[in-house]
Amino acid sequence: MNWEVIYKYLPKLLEGAQLTLELVAIAVVAGLILALPMGIARASKHWYVRALPYGYIFFFRGTPLLVQLFLVYYGLAQFDAVRQGPLWPYLRDPYWCAIITMTLHTAAYIAEILRGAIQAVPPGEIEAARALGMSRAQAMLYIILPRAARIGLPAYSNEVILMLKASALASTITLLELTGMSRTIIARTYLPVEIFFAAGVFYLVIAFVLVQAFKQLERWLRVDACQGR
Amino acid sequence: MILDLHGFGPALAAGTLVTIQLALFALAIGLVLGLLGALAKTSSHKPLQWLGGTYSTLVRGVPELLWVLLIYFGTVQGLAALGEFLGVGSLELTPFAAGSIALGLCFGAYATEVFRGAILAIPKGHREAGMALGMSKGRILWKLILPQMWRIALPGLGNLFMILMKDTALVSVIGLEEVMRRSQIAVTASKEPFTFYMVAAFIYLGLTVIAMIGMHFLEKRASRGFVRSV
Repeated sequence: MNWEVIYKYLPKLLEGAQLTLELVAIAVVAGLILALPMGIARASKHWYVRALPYGYIFFFRGTPLLVQLFLVYYGLAQFDAVRQGPLWPYLRDPYWCAIITMTLHTAAYIAEILRGAIQAVPPGEIEAARALGMSRAQAMLYIILPRAARIGLPAYSNEVILMLKASALASTITLLELTGMSRTIIARTYLPVEIFFAAGVFYLVIAFVLVQAFKQLERWLRVDACQGR
Repeated sequence: MILDLHGFGPALAAGTLVTIQLALFALAIGLVLGLLGALAKTSSHKPLQWLGGTYSTLVRGVPELLWVLLIYFGTVQGLAALGEFLGVGSLELTPFAAGSIALGLCFGAYATEVFRGAILAIPKGHREAGMALGMSKGRILWKLILPQMWRIALPGLGNLFMILMKDTALVSVIGLEEVMRRSQIAVTASKEPFTFYMVAAFIYLGLTVIAMIGMHFLEKRASRGFVRSV
């Protein structure tokens, strides 16, 4: 094991880790916002409201993220309308393509988590809210969503960790995040074991910190007190 | 829209076959690793518990892509040296072997937790009954624990297999000619990236649906004689 090389390239790896964190943070937050209406629609009683988000979720959960990345980054350029459209400066940039794709991808998973969480809210509590004279929207905003957020939080933290690992795929569209940076360094040093080992440790540390942060958040939101077991 | 594959249809079909083979190979490796991991984690020996725990935590905390790259590129030197030592010339892993080992490793780490849950869900009395009948430890595992475990572990394993199937796309990064790689080749020739990546997406969707249907029947078969609770 050549420790000096790891030490020498540590700043570069840190740079990569920073981009990884940025990608994941934007994707999971934007994904959550996008998933909110979809999750609520998925929990609807009417089939025609459920159908559209179901199609979206089915596609994004049924195909690999790699395919989706390539579809957005390489695929969209096939259409002249896109190439001449106003969004082309963004859709040409691997950074924005990665963010868009990861957001769309994770939104599908988060929407399913939300649906599960909304449906797990005890019906008695919703009925109580309605009996107190709350409108459907009020009940959704003040009772169901805060309750569902606590039920879905553990699953959401899992999704964040999965997205952290999925962000490695951004390296395939030339982004220099942690994995991409490692591959660049390896192309220069021919030391795959050392550099990939260092990158792996980085991922483990980030995952560990995220898990601890979510544990703390669960404590603040008193998730265990709301489970009612 | 009329789908024009520019004569790449057979290549994509061959790629689909490679993808299925890769998924099944990785599944076989992963099931063995997962079972060993779960047995280690639930054993009464501290070192074994530690080993199982480390395996599942370590592998689950690192991206699958990194494992694929690490196992493919990281073993070159070691295997070459081993080949020299054995006098059989230079040894190296094919992309298929490296891919199935890497994906099997990741599947195994998650399967460890699924199997562990299933082992813990089997009532203690069953094991004690086996011991009272004078069965050996191996026989208890083979005749009592394993047959009951499958039913409980099956839904979890099904989810993992779907994830595995999608992760096979990662192996295209090290040049294995599966669906994704074949589509990339087709894109280079035809300059129609959207068409071919969309076809690849639908091939994966089709495989997922087939796997879902298969799981449904397996679960139905496994739960014969059990009333579904809730």
